Amino acid sequence: MVQQIAWKVGGQQGEGIESTGEIFAKTLNRLGYHLYGYRHFSSRIKGGHTNNNIRISTTPVQAIADQVDILVAFDQESIDFCFHELRPGAMVLAESTIQPHLPPGKDVILCPLPLIALATEAGRAQMKNMVAVGASLALLGISSELCQDVVREIFAAKGDAIVNSNLVALQSGETALRALFPEQHPDLHLAPGDGKKRLFMIGNETTALGLLAGGCRFMSAYPITPASDIMEYLTKKLPQFGGVMVQTEDEIAAVTMAIGANHAGVRAITASSGPGLALMTEAIGLAGMTETPLVVIDVQRSGPSTGMPTKEEQADLLAMLYASPGEIPKIVIAPDSAEAAFYDSIEALNLAEEFQCPVILLTDLQLGMAQQTLPDLDYQRIQIRRGKLDLHPQLPEQSEPVPCKRFLLTDDGISPRFLPGIKNGIFHVTGLEHDEIGRPAEGSANRQAQMEKRLYKLASLHFAEPVRIDQRHATSDLLLIGWNATAGAINEARERLEADNITANCAQVRLLHPFPTATLTPLLAAARQVVVIEQNATGQLAQLLQMNLPASAEKIVSLRKYDGNPFKPGEIDAGIREVLHGHS
Amino acid sequence: MATAKDFQNHLKPNWCPGCGDFGVQTAIQRAFAASGLEAHEFMVVAGIGCSGRMSGYLHTNGFHGIHGRALPLAQGMKLANRALTVVAVGGDGDGFAIGAGHTLHALRRNIDMTYIVMDNQIYGLTKGQASPHSGVGFMTKSTPYGVIESPLSILQLALAAGATFVAQAFSKNPDELVALITAGIRHQGFSFINVMSPCVTYNHFNTYAWFTEHLVSLASIEGYDATNKKQALNTLLDHHDLVTGLIYQDREKKSYQELLHGYSATPLVEADLRLPQATFAELLAEFG
Repeated sequence: MVQQIAWKVGGQQGEGIESTGEIFAKTLNRLGYHLYGYRHFSSRIKGGHTNNNIRISTTPVQAIADQVDILVAFDQESIDFCFHELRPGAMVLAESTIQPHLPPGKDVILCPLPLIALATEAGRAQMKNMVAVGASLALLGISSELCQDVVREIFAAKGDAIVNSNLVALQSGETALRALFPEQHPDLHLAPGDGKKRLFMIGNETTALGLLAGGCRFMSAYPITPASDIMEYLTKKLPQFGGVMVQTEDEIAAVTMAIGANHAGVRAITASSGPGLALMTEAIGLAGMTETPLVVIDVQRSGPSTGMPTKEEQADLLAMLYASPGEIPKIVIAPDSAEAAFYDSIEALNLAEEFQCPVILLTDLQLGMAQQTLPDLDYQRIQIRRGKLDLHPQLPEQSEPVPCKRFLLTDDGISPRFLPGIKNGIFHVTGLEHDEIGRPAEGSANRQAQMEKRLYKLASLHFAEPVRIDQRHATSDLLLIGWNATAGAINEARERLEADNITANCAQVRLLHPFPTATLTPLLAAARQVVVIEQNATGQLAQLLQMNLPASAEKIVSLRKYDGNPFKPGEIDAGIREVLHGHS
Repeated sequence: MATAKDFQNHLKPNWCPGCGDFGVQTAIQRAFAASGLEAHEFMVVAGIGCSGRMSGYLHTNGFHGIHGRALPLAQGMKLANRALTVVAVGGDGDGFAIGAGHTLHALRRNIDMTYIVMDNQIYGLTKGQASPHSGVGFMTKSTPYGVIESPLSILQLALAAGATFVAQAFSKNPDELVALITAGIRHQGFSFINVMSPCVTYNHFNTYAWFTEHLVSLASIEGYDATNKKQALNTLLDHHDLVTGLIYQDREKKSYQELLHGYSATPLVEADLRLPQATFAELLAEFG
């Protein structure tokens, strides 16, 4: 028996590859396995190779496996495309009518199955997916009976006839596989799960749920891969709470509408990816200047320009740090897991109101779109903190037509805030430099005072865990630093290094601005070599570390990947060994 | 009850003497007073340009944003707090060039608010460049050999975009302007009022005298029916858009707020932000 299996299904986009993976994964989740799924897809709806990679494990996993154990192929292209990832001895379940053949050079078991014929026999050729699920489960030593409830749930709305024919298709897959392999293959026989059903979500869903739980009641957004899931979730859910999702004409409207809603007093957000964020930068400056709370989510994808919209990259970091004309206070948070994205979304909403400034929640395509099992999300950790906002202020009579001091200079730089529309509470804001009452003002003393007020605000920021530190050693050969979705792959690489007596501590940077220099300083000091692992071509986090921690700059080495695919643990392991070799 | 003076804050506008925007400001104050609402119930959202300074000269809540984005800012505020009376103001460059996309989509979205454009056919604050309403042949700093692009017909575009309230006025004729703004505020949907507001410094073509000569009052057109879209469009074509009055109003189409599924009947700003624990558990149960 094995503790984990990497399963992959490949075919043409639009032929149900995603739903095959979904049914398979849902079944395994109910049996108590930990799952991590990643889709390879292109910017088209029908046609083109797509595959869905699901890693199944008896312990938590947060990375794509280095090699694939089982490939379900509906076409020859999937075999050719994925062949290099198959481990020796892997199993390829392929549709027999395509007359599948294996490229040379690797000892892999090819198992042609009449998936379409069995599906047609059960009622409809499209149910070939269900036949494949039945066969796949059988390979793992799992009875297809355990999948029946999932099938019933998914097809319930379509009526009994559809449910029953799918159940027949499922069973036929198992029967066909058993006929070919009466004996359980020991390398594919999966140890039992713990029976605990877990949440199965993508990071975009945990983000959206966090926003909802954190009191977001307004979203304005423009569709873009890979961020659209957030708008699609909130447009369904917000009306249940009286809220609104507006699909705008462009990203500039999206961000400015969210600024307007925030100014009026609703927790409002927008979400996009790099190209959309580029359009939003002027407005982010407006939020900074008018001290309006704002949360913007950037689910990064491969750039530059339109780049590779469906591929992984972490290349917006520096752009987001500086996204604004001029200088504004801004908080940039990078959740290091789908689970963290839930809590960080809530915190982003709180910090935006407490500090009256824009907050960018930076995630990436892998974090946003990888389907995974999660521990329970904790209701008790949901907090709503609105800072100096007074919803029911006692205001003196406004006898003169002079606006209230919205930009009152205070010790901490944060002004008292109340909402527009209150008697005696008339106030004015402008994107021009302004005085305490929000009127345009260009005097040098006022300019300096207001600039310092804004930029000083973040001095009192306390972010709970700016760096997720996993420190096993007081001093170590290595400190491995990453951000966003790379955490899982880095941790696995670290275990392999430790197994060879290379000591490594890990740190995932979660707060990118203001930069957590004080937290990082002792960590870097305690390591002989610092390897910064990131999905971009120029080593943006490494640059930031070198800039902020000049004393450690020389021991920082950068390990980069920018081919559009997420790091696998083995790639990080190999990359680090190369670094060590080069320096020994 | 508030009077027109109650909406003034006594700041001296930085507009040139004789600027059309003075007349627009007075008309806005009069219309606000006529609405019966108090100053704190208004939110004036302004674009960038000479006209964008309007929010700073009125004693109401004001938001002076970035160039071309007054409308999305204003729409966000209205949806967040439906109790606010939201009025966006700006110029023809702000609304019909850099912000043209927002203008068309705001017109078709039909959120209950008012948009007043001070149209002077020129960029004033940047000292005299052509605008999308500058006439062909008009020589400006950016068109020393004359404008060669056709002026945009925003009024015809508005009708095509599904607007429910389209009007045009002349800043020199305040009574008509006050009546139109008042009607616009009352209109249950998006009301658009384009105001010919001459620039006395940089536009020596579209002058007060020129407008007085060319503008035709719709009241003078016998049988003009502002609920007839076809007649409205034909009249604009016949008069090259140089008309004043209520051009078109659709009282039947529901506003965006009325059509929104599940939208809070009370201002959204008053919503309880905490999810009940049972609700949270139900949301989680969908993922498994």
